[in-house]
Amino acid sequence: MIILNFLLWVVVVACGALAVGYVFREILVRIVGQEIAKIVRTLPLTASLGIFVILIYIICAVFAPVIAPYGEADILAGSFEPWSSTYWLGTDNLGRDVFSRLIYGARNTVGIAFLVTSLAFLIGTLLGIYAALKSGVVDQVLSRIVDVLMAIPSLIFSLLMLTIFGTSALSLVLVIATIDSTRVFRIARAVALNIVQLDYIEAAKLRGEGSFFLIRREILPNAMAPLAAEFGLRFCFVFLMISALSFMGLGLQPPTADWGSMVRDNAELISFGDITPLIPAGAIAFLTIAVNFVVDWLLHRASGLKE
Amino acid sequence: MNNLLLMIAKRLALGVLTLIMLSLLIFLSVEALPGDLAQEILGQQATPETVAAIRRELGLDLPAHTRYLNWLGGILQGDFGNSLALRKPIIGLIAPRLENTLFLTLYTACIAVPLSLALGMLASLFRNGYFDRISNASALASISMPEFFVGYILIYLLALTGYFPSMANINANTPLLEKLYICFLPALTLTLVVTAHMMRMTRAAIINILALPYIEMAHLKGVRPGRIITRHALPNAIAPIVNVVALNLAYLITGVVIVEIVFVFPGLGQLMVDGVKFRDIPVVQATSLVFATAYVGLNLLADIISTISNPRLMRQR
Repeated sequence: MIILNFLLWVVVVACGALAVGYVFREILVRIVGQEIAKIVRTLPLTASLGIFVILIYIICAVFAPVIAPYGEADILAGSFEPWSSTYWLGTDNLGRDVFSRLIYGARNTVGIAFLVTSLAFLIGTLLGIYAALKSGVVDQVLSRIVDVLMAIPSLIFSLLMLTIFGTSALSLVLVIATIDSTRVFRIARAVALNIVQLDYIEAAKLRGEGSFFLIRREILPNAMAPLAAEFGLRFCFVFLMISALSFMGLGLQPPTADWGSMVRDNAELISFGDITPLIPAGAIAFLTIAVNFVVDWLLHRASGLKE
Repeated sequence: MNNLLLMIAKRLALGVLTLIMLSLLIFLSVEALPGDLAQEILGQQATPETVAAIRRELGLDLPAHTRYLNWLGGILQGDFGNSLALRKPIIGLIAPRLENTLFLTLYTACIAVPLSLALGMLASLFRNGYFDRISNASALASISMPEFFVGYILIYLLALTGYFPSMANINANTPLLEKLYICFLPALTLTLVVTAHMMRMTRAAIINILALPYIEMAHLKGVRPGRIITRHALPNAIAPIVNVVALNLAYLITGVVIVEIVFVFPGLGQLMVDGVKFRDIPVVQATSLVFATAYVGLNLLADIISTISNPRLMRQR
C-alpha cells in the first residue's frame, strides 16, 4: 500500500513539475525581449523547470537570513519536535529548526560547491589550455601527472587527503578543487587542442603575444560553449561529492547548516516513519536533477542535433 | 595469438606501473603530514624521549626510500602494518570486510548488468518513443540523486513495511540465502545508481552502430528490428559495453562506501571512513590502496576484453 501510495506521489509530483515548467516558460516569454523569447519558446519543459528550480535555490541562498524564521545554529526547543506552525518541519536532534537550517543549507552547501567548481575550473582550464598551447614536454609532464591522479577513484582520494589535512572547510575546498581540476584539465586540453592549430592562433603567435594573452583573448572565447556545459556537469559531481562527505561527517563541520549532515543527524527518524530527513536529501537531488536537465538541453542545442 | 599475449603483457606492465605510482603517491602524501606519525600517536604532551623511542619502534628514523620499500614489501606479503586506533594488525581488519564488500559488489553486478543491458537494448529499439523518453529521464534523475537519498527512500518503502531488514548486518557464518535476503536493500540501492548510467551508455553504443550502412542493408533485406539489434548490432557493441560495465563496477567499488554507512554494512568503506575520522593513517593508506588496486584492475580488465572482442584492434597491434 505504502509503495503504491509512493508511486502515485511520484507521478503527481512529476506532472506538477512539468506544469510548473510550462507556466514558467510562458511567464519567461512574456518578460524577456523579442530575441531571447525566440530561444525561450524552444525550451523543453524539463529545461524550463530546471531553470525555475535553480532560480529558487539562488533566491534561498542569497536571502537566507530574510526567509528563514530562525538562525541556523539557534537551539530553540526539545529535540525531534514534530511538524507544527511554529517549527514548520519540526526540530532536529539538538532542537534546531529544520526549516531554517534547510534554507541556510542552500547558502552553505550550494555556495561551497559553487566555489569549489569555480576554483577547479580556474586551475583546470588554465593548465589544460596551457598544456595544449605549449605541447611537448610541458604537455607530457602535466598530462602524466593528471593520469596518475585520475587513476585513483575521486572519493577514495579525497578521503585520503582529508585524513592528512584534517576536515576543515578550507581543506575541503582545496582538496576537492584539486581532484576535480584534473577532470577539467582533460576536457580543456582536448577542446584547446582543436583550437590551437587554427590559423588565427598562429597569427597571434607571430604578432608576439604572450601565453596568457593567447589563452584569455584567443582560445578561451572559442572554448566557452563546451566548457559551460561541462561546468554544469562538474558542479553536480562536486555537489554530490561534498554532500556525500558531509553525510559521512567529514564535510562542513557543525554547527554550519548543511544538507548532507542534516540527513545524517536525523536519519534515525526514518525508522519511525518520519520523512523529515528525506527532505534535505531531496533538496540535493532536486538541484542536481535541475542542473542536469538544463545541461542536457544546452548540449542538445550545442550539438545541433534535432533528430 | 602472439600479438594478443604481447598486448596483454604490455597492458599488465602499464597497470603494474600505475599501481607503483599510486602506492608512491599514497605513501608520499602521508610524508607531507605536518609533524609525524609518532607525534600523532602520542599526542601533544609526549616527551622528546618517548617520541624518539616510538619513532625507532615504527622505523620512522630510517630515510624515506627505505621505509617506502619496507612498506611495499610488507604489503606484498600481506602485512599492512598495525592500526593506530585499534592497535591490531590491519590485515585482520581488512580481510573479512573486503570479503563482505566484494560479496555486495558481486551481488549488485549480478542484478544490474543484465538489467541495464536489457533496458538499454529496449531503449535503442524504441528510440525516441515513450519508453525511451521515460527511461532516459528517469535515468538522468537517478544519476543525479545522492546514494543516501535512494537508500533511505528504499528503507522507507521496503524496510518500514517489514519486507526487508533496514540494517545489513552479516558475518562470515551467515548462510548464503539469508545473506542474499539481508543484503537485498543495499544491493538494490547500488543497482538503481549504476543501472541508469550503464543503460544510457548501452543505448548510446547501440545507436551509434545502428547508423552504419551494414545495418541499413539488413533493414533492406527485411530483417526484423529485434533481430538486427541482437544479431547484427550487439556483437559490434560489445567493446564499448564491456568498457562501461567495467567502469561501473569500478564505480561500485567506491560507491559502496556511502551505501555501507546507510545500511550499517560491515564492509571496507566503513573501515575507511572510521579511519579518516580517527586519523588512523595506516588504515586509510591500506584501504585506499585496496580500493585503488581494484579500480585499476577493473579498468585494465575492460581494456583487455574490449581489445579481444574487436578483431581489428588485435591485428593492428
